[in-house]
Amino acid sequence: MEVRVQEAPFDLGAEAARIMQGRADAGALVTFSGIVRDEGGRLSELRIEHYPGMTERAIAAIADEAETRWNLAGGLVIHRHGPLRPGEAIMMVATLAPHRADAFAAAEFLMDYLKSRAPFWKKEIGADGEGWVAAKDADEDALERWVK
Amino acid sequence: MIDVLYFAWLRERIGLPKERVETGAATVAELVEELRAREERYAMAFSDLSAVRVALDQELSEFDASLDGVREVAFFPPMTGG
Repeated sequence: MEVRVQEAPFDLGAEAARIMQGRADAGALVTFSGIVRDEGGRLSELRIEHYPGMTERAIAAIADEAETRWNLAGGLVIHRHGPLRPGEAIMMVATLAPHRADAFAAAEFLMDYLKSRAPFWKKEIGADGEGWVAAKDADEDALERWVK
Repeated sequence: MIDVLYFAWLRERIGLPKERVETGAATVAELVEELRAREERYAMAFSDLSAVRVALDQELSEFDASLDGVREVAFFPPMTGG
């Protein structure tokens, strides 16, 4: 699975088209993209910090685990860092599989683990000042369903 | 000598992203005690370890883990990716 950590924007449609290009063996493509919410107009910027080196390793390990658990034909994870504006895409996952159940499950697994096991930290900047986004218990709980 | 990295609010409270530390600490917990004893800003940053995570050579680890052979220690809050 391809992993990219970058500051630059990406083209969700172009990336999805590239992943499925010529892959007649795969019957299913699932994509998910996270978007910066404006939090009711209060948020003006989301600043994403990460741990260069560990980030790539952590995502690659999560992607490898997905490939061992499901029958996948390919996939892609892109996660951005740096300053982002409301409405911008933060990240995307794409999973390609012979059948859709594997593609959906692998995409959910990737998202659940990216939330709390990839070293990114979000800082919100807006009308109420600035502050670090706290991790949610629900995100940690979401991992439990994947424990074998 | 060991490289110690700080991210997010730990970096802000301590006031630097990275430093080289001369330490005799055998475990992460011992290193944290040494850092806490240094200055108030370290004591503040490490006042609640339930809010701090640690990685050793870029792998998530625990506070009771050994520092034997470790070159890089990173401290950071729980991750918020995705």
